[in-house]
Amino acid sequence: MPEEPGLDDNAPLFAQVAQRLSEQVAEGQLAEGGRAPSANELAAFHRINPATAAKGLNVLIDEGLLEKRRGLGMFVAPGARKRLLDARREQFAARYVAPMVAEAGRLGMDLDEVVLLVRRSADVALGPRASRKT
Amino acid sequence: MTQTISCHGVARRYGSHLAVDQVSFEVHGPSVTGLLGRNGAGKTTLLRLLAGQELPSAGQVRVLGGDPAGADALARQIVLVREDQAFPDFKVGDALRAAGWSYPRWDHKLADALVSDFDLPSSRQVKKLSRGMRSALGIVIGLAAQAPVTLFDEPYAGLDATARRLFYDRLLADYTEHPRTVVVSTHLIDEIADLLERVLVIDRGHIALDAPADGLRGSATAVSGPAPAVAVFVSGRTTWEHRTVGPLASATVADMLDATDQARARQLHLSVAPLSLQEVLVHATRPDRAHQAERVGS
Repeated sequence: MPEEPGLDDNAPLFAQVAQRLSEQVAEGQLAEGGRAPSANELAAFHRINPATAAKGLNVLIDEGLLEKRRGLGMFVAPGARKRLLDARREQFAARYVAPMVAEAGRLGMDLDEVVLLVRRSADVALGPRASRKT
Repeated sequence: MTQTISCHGVARRYGSHLAVDQVSFEVHGPSVTGLLGRNGAGKTTLLRLLAGQELPSAGQVRVLGGDPAGADALARQIVLVREDQAFPDFKVGDALRAAGWSYPRWDHKLADALVSDFDLPSSRQVKKLSRGMRSALGIVIGLAAQAPVTLFDEPYAGLDATARRLFYDRLLADYTEHPRTVVVSTHLIDEIADLLERVLVIDRGHIALDAPADGLRGSATAVSGPAPAVAVFVSGRTTWEHRTVGPLASATVADMLDATDQARARQLHLSVAPLSLQEVLVHATRPDRAHQAERVGS
């Protein structure tokens, strides 16, 4: 099975915290320049040790996605969203397309059929017009 | 960071029985440590040693730089919450007042809030409380004492799941506000796992494991699928358990799987599930583990 883009239970808690936060930045729920939750807020929300939450925040600071402003807290760095979305686009083929093609191969489906299914799925999700826009 | 607890070569003997033997560990700065182990493993003895309620037969116990069984002033910096509470003849309110005198940092407001959270009847005698209510009273004292070293010995007896959740939430909130050294002994590992920074496992009086909690999660993995594929996957790895049913097999691998392993498992059509902290520890302390751990093939 391909990994879900969400939580990966295999990962240590701090990594899951970092993962959740970067998803929120990528999806715009945490705006660039906006304040990020503090370690204590994250600890209370996820019901985890505050040191674990702080470790998760530090991962994003090290990656330059969050910035610490003295006395004010943690903020989403400018350009963070674009960087995260670019990274996700780079992973798209490996994460979603390759496992799909592999499964289609195991089931003996031909590629045209797969392409057709992708198109149909897009019609449902985005509407026929939007999905055909080039 | 300052060292708050240290044990060096600590033993406690009762007659011919060694309840605790050659125990050495240190706790630095504020943290929440889980003291885990089977019944009779030595958890209570170790906590009583830390609280100065027992004297070591050998070795040295230091808490906040001093001997916990020595100066009375130090005893007021340590609270140990156990199931069998003191003050059986007191009313709940009076028991809390008495506890308030014992601990210089006692937080009356917090005590009142917790009494109402746990629905404790202030005017009932402690010995007439239900088991769960006695546990709740212990939790109130343990948290309101605000002691720099706060020790809980299986504080949840008789508490239902809702009340236990309340305990974990209040512990986390209070710890976040007033970080200090907290040690909790428990059997309900998965319930508290996410609050722990560190895990100390005691097995037959010895420290069997001393590790950061986050590193243990998923440090072993259950692998299952077609028996031949499982056999291929576990070859050369340390496994704890191997079971088969018909064409299916499952094995527990004593490894955290990296991306390559994961990809290989997918290729072999195996499903993999990381073990929870509780499952990891069950494997680490099972009596037959010497026979279970085997190196397959190679």
